[in-house]
Amino acid sequence: MNRLKTSTLFKIVMILYLFIILFPFIWVAITSFRPESEIWGSNALDLSEANFTLENYRLVFQTPILNSLKNSLIISGITTIYVTLVASLGAYAIARLDFKFKKLLTVIVLAVSMFPQMIVIGPIYRMFVQLGWTNSYYISLPYSNITLPVATFILITHFAQIPKEMEESATMDGSSKINTFFKIVLPLAAPGIFTAAIIVFIGAWNEFLLSLTLNTNEAWRTATVNISFLRGQFEIFWGQVTAATVIVTIPTLIIVILFQRQIVSGLTSGALKE
Amino acid sequence: MAGITLRDLTKIYDNNFEAVKSINLEIEDGEFMVLVGPSGCGKTTTLRMIAGLEDISGGELYIGGELMNKVDPRDRNIAMVFQNYALYPYMSVYDNMAFGLKLQKFDKKEIKRRIDEAAKILDISEQLDKKPKALSGGQRQRVALGRAIVRHPQVFLMDEPLSNLDAKLRVQMRAELIKLHEDLQTTFVYVTHDQTEAMTMGSRICVMDLGQIKQVATPEEIYSKPDNLFVAGFIGSPQMNFYKGTLSEEMGAYHLEGENEEYDAFRFSIDISDQESVAPYLNKEIIFGIRPEHLMFTDGEGLRAKIFVIELLGSEVNVHIRVQGDIHTVTTDAGTHFKAGDAVTVVPKPGRIHLFDPETENAIRY
Repeated sequence: MNRLKTSTLFKIVMILYLFIILFPFIWVAITSFRPESEIWGSNALDLSEANFTLENYRLVFQTPILNSLKNSLIISGITTIYVTLVASLGAYAIARLDFKFKKLLTVIVLAVSMFPQMIVIGPIYRMFVQLGWTNSYYISLPYSNITLPVATFILITHFAQIPKEMEESATMDGSSKINTFFKIVLPLAAPGIFTAAIIVFIGAWNEFLLSLTLNTNEAWRTATVNISFLRGQFEIFWGQVTAATVIVTIPTLIIVILFQRQIVSGLTSGALKE
Repeated sequence: MAGITLRDLTKIYDNNFEAVKSINLEIEDGEFMVLVGPSGCGKTTTLRMIAGLEDISGGELYIGGELMNKVDPRDRNIAMVFQNYALYPYMSVYDNMAFGLKLQKFDKKEIKRRIDEAAKILDISEQLDKKPKALSGGQRQRVALGRAIVRHPQVFLMDEPLSNLDAKLRVQMRAELIKLHEDLQTTFVYVTHDQTEAMTMGSRICVMDLGQIKQVATPEEIYSKPDNLFVAGFIGSPQMNFYKGTLSEEMGAYHLEGENEEYDAFRFSIDISDQESVAPYLNKEIIFGIRPEHLMFTDGEGLRAKIFVIELLGSEVNVHIRVQGDIHTVTTDAGTHFKAGDAVTVVPKPGRIHLFDPETENAIRY
């Protein structure tokens, strides 16, 4: 009886907790379908009187949201491809090759991700201005600042798990080191690569500060920055902001739903003996 | 096909650990050489140096008469079978076997011909389209062998290939490997810690310990004429019984005498044909060994001891007795009616005593 009570109590707490966590997301979604006049005030929480509308979406699509989505997609795509490639090679070297100062290098890789962005943004901006790289897709390069260390770490653990004999066997079969890496090691580390790639993509997709600072021209803005510009002189168009947020979230949501199995197996593999 | 020569081959790791200490070994062309020894004896390191997977710290390695020290593994024309099979999990059995051939740019017809031939020898023709995870342990090991066979290498290296299989399958695969060697007539170098595998498979056995070669000989010779205490103790199961005693001579007849705790001292007679070789050991402490199967029970004089435990193995029985503070074993036919606690007397079968120098631990041939 006691056990039943505890389990019921536990379930109630969990449902409550889940509701608190999910509420802002649900509210964003609901708000995006409501007219600006109903978002604030005492009736805001009363959904029975709500006049649902697509007006916010119509207005958002009149802004350059699609262009910013395209920018986000290209920048995140480029970042994902090159960061995953660089992280794979780096992680493989750290996991497999013997060289001096390997541990120090690993720590430095991790340390890079610990610099607050506000500190590095200044020098990066100066550099970009000097190089004439502002308002371009070169912004993918500093994005590695956020994503490369994480991707490298995820991949180090995956490469370390692959039995050395696999590579040695390929070597004995006459395979060169680079051929072994691409033909044997990468396919075996596929779950890790997927995980790293998705985490990199989401990180790049959600990036705000670098994009705001480096790509100031409206034509080069990314989606997250574009949302922050949905405001008038004295007000913020919350209806449009929420509608844009929903639109911007959809691509990442699709990716996560499609690849959630790979993400979970990638994040947990190696935890247990296989 | 090729022979292998190791000349003063040495491996020192970065932490200065000397895993292989200047070993010399001549492996004949077409021979089945088994490297055997306990964990950490350097057998796998030696194999990996032959393969080229481990750098050589000193000495020379020749394969087919050519110096191989600096030659890349893929240019040595060697195939290796690993303990954990090391099959590529996302490739079919066929692709696993074709991997090396494709890299060598063989045409498709030739690849298919070789794979079909190997699959037939190994009885895996039905499995070629399957992925490794759909196969049993024995089948996987066959695929690993197949991957080696199709390349027609001049040397096969095998690193404990049967140790992941269950006991029954191991015995079966053992026989199949012997047959495979007979069919291919290629040089095999086989690493194992299992002395039964070494005894049953090798044309010759190289026993290693602490990075050194202790003896290289045929299985019969290793068993009947071990060069030293280590080989005598390592080869043979149950292992050889060792005794401390004194060698004495009385009117041309030689005896071994030893203390025997709660019982009277024991005394075995021994036939010596080379009196010069044993002269330095007369009336001094000596170590002698007798294999469990070379001890027999007697009603007369001999070594008296109490039975500690009896192990019935089916066709035979291991009777463990307590002698000189150690547990010794006597292997005899099943049907013995002894029981634990009984006092028994044993004597060695004639000509079956091994003598060892107590300092050098080398065998004394007599």
